[in-house]
Amino acid sequence: MKFPGLFKVTFWKAVAVALMTAGAIAAVWRFSTGLGPSTNLVDTFPWGIWIGFDILVGVGLAAGGFTIAATVYLFNIERFRPILRPTILTAFLGYLLVIAGLMVDLGRPWAIWHALIYWNPHSVMFEVAWCVMLYTTVLALEFSPVVFERFNLERPLKIIKAITIPLVVLGVILSTLHQSSLGSLFLIIPSRMHPLWYSEIIPFLFIISCVAAGLAMTIFESFLSSRAFGREIEMPLLSELARVIVVVLALYFTVRVQDLITRDALKFAFEINYQSILFAGELVLGVIVPFFLLLSKKIREHRAGLFYSAVLVILGFIAHRINTAITSMEQWPHRMYIPSWQELAVTAGLVAFGFVAFGFVAKYFHVFGHESHHEPSTAKEEAKEEVEGLAVASTK
Amino acid sequence: MRKSKGLLIDISRCVGCGECSRACAVTNHLPEEEATELSATHYTVVQSYNNDQTYVRRMCMHCEQPTCVSACLVGAFTKTDTGAVLYDESKCIGCRYCMQACPFEVPRYEWTSLSPRVQKCKMCYELVAAGGQTACSEACPVEATVFGDRDELIKEARRRIDENPDEYIDYIYGLHEAGGTAVMFISNVPFEELGFPMNVPKNPIPELSWRVLSQIPKYSVAAGVVLFGINWITKRRTEVARFEAEEKRKQELHN
Repeated sequence: MKFPGLFKVTFWKAVAVALMTAGAIAAVWRFSTGLGPSTNLVDTFPWGIWIGFDILVGVGLAAGGFTIAATVYLFNIERFRPILRPTILTAFLGYLLVIAGLMVDLGRPWAIWHALIYWNPHSVMFEVAWCVMLYTTVLALEFSPVVFERFNLERPLKIIKAITIPLVVLGVILSTLHQSSLGSLFLIIPSRMHPLWYSEIIPFLFIISCVAAGLAMTIFESFLSSRAFGREIEMPLLSELARVIVVVLALYFTVRVQDLITRDALKFAFEINYQSILFAGELVLGVIVPFFLLLSKKIREHRAGLFYSAVLVILGFIAHRINTAITSMEQWPHRMYIPSWQELAVTAGLVAFGFVAFGFVAKYFHVFGHESHHEPSTAKEEAKEEVEGLAVASTK
Repeated sequence: MRKSKGLLIDISRCVGCGECSRACAVTNHLPEEEATELSATHYTVVQSYNNDQTYVRRMCMHCEQPTCVSACLVGAFTKTDTGAVLYDESKCIGCRYCMQACPFEVPRYEWTSLSPRVQKCKMCYELVAAGGQTACSEACPVEATVFGDRDELIKEARRRIDENPDEYIDYIYGLHEAGGTAVMFISNVPFEELGFPMNVPKNPIPELSWRVLSQIPKYSVAAGVVLFGINWITKRRTEVARFEAEEKRKQELHN
């Protein structure tokens, strides 16, 4: 199918606006009727996709932020600098969306500041809360030079440049703690989770998998924005990232399967039931297939090949988080959870808002490298075109 | 400090009259209506098994080392000196981690409220703190629910099982579950047939996350040292390379 360019832009814009409107309506619904009437959550299933997707996936996909920042600032591998800013922006927006999702999910969101004054260091949720607060601050500071530059604020720019290294070190520590703590949340539910997902090493699995997903997200977003802003894709850099992803996926697969064997839980993967099918989908399509795809140099250096492999890694990551938070707690057929339309609408609205916000910031701020500082002609193009980039990429 | 109190529930004695849940509703000012599942307005219910031959009470187990107490980020749950686990709504932010964390799926939510609270049995804290007993145990006409010091209740449970080994299952549910609970059950029907989760860890569950949480300070310091170290080395290496290139160029110019 081929549509005139202008129509496509309007189409994706309409989709984004529709999703955000639906999300806003659903959010109003949730705050006027309460969580019960607006969600399919019940006493024995208190966490749904707002935790499983909005929080767990949102934070995980922001992991590119700490890996690329560490690569450029701490390891001094300068050639990755062109993808630094867009990655930090992705991470920062990701965290803001996580907080927005959290405000909808919390039963008493106005009391969220209690985390500042009532401390319980024995709670993993306490660690999660502090990591969210502190790392969002760090991300804001890491991204702030872009804003300072835009408005020619020399002094703050100088200050922030002076503290960059400690800031990035702090960011890496907080980010890794946060990623692992989201996994640690499930450590105290051994008896209620399916053995394919409960494990004492779940914090480590969360860290390893988020590194692969964060880098895949960097590739994904580079492709979309290159389409949207008519930039050159940094293919050699992205192929190099793909090589790192291969190593991380291999490590993840080894640790995951080794853990299943140690706990004598691998046998559950070979039963044919609801859980084992979703487990197979997660591990085969989300880890094994992209591993072999990216192992091939030809695919790594091929645009569409790289793009779709990255998409598989991201989908595999999403599947792992959703399976951990939801599938593992379901018991076919008497305990199942299917999100309500309000839950889906809020989630979809947040994702759409993420795309729009990224497009907006990329358009009005100097996010992409010097060599691709976009010309007035490309700047005129609509922000939502990055979604169109997906459609274009798929026809290639 | 007073001894930790508890309840012993003898399933073989329960006749399913429901006096316990009615007394609970009156004491806690809850609606007096029949229910078969725990909810924000039913802190205890009586469930029927085996065609009304066996009745099982459901309620908070008041763990000795409660998972909810460790899970709550703002410390809204406390294990009190009576043994009761209490919830403080003024601290709660509504994350529902307590509900997710409880191995017995006890905490219930006010799902239709715009300022929802977590609700569950309070083991009649005020009554017990004043030297009395729980409303449910007082109301029970057949002593299927008895109140007392947890130590004494364990002895009593042991005695009943030993005196009637043919009738009772040789198991005290709650003696070791989750590291021990204040509410314990004995039964003439296997517990797994009565909806009791049998895979609850026998050690205190909070330890599972504390093992990881307690490593954070060590990890943070180590990671900081390593990262600053790497940064120093790579920076130094770049500087040295630049300096050497400069020297080489100068020498070449001289020659």
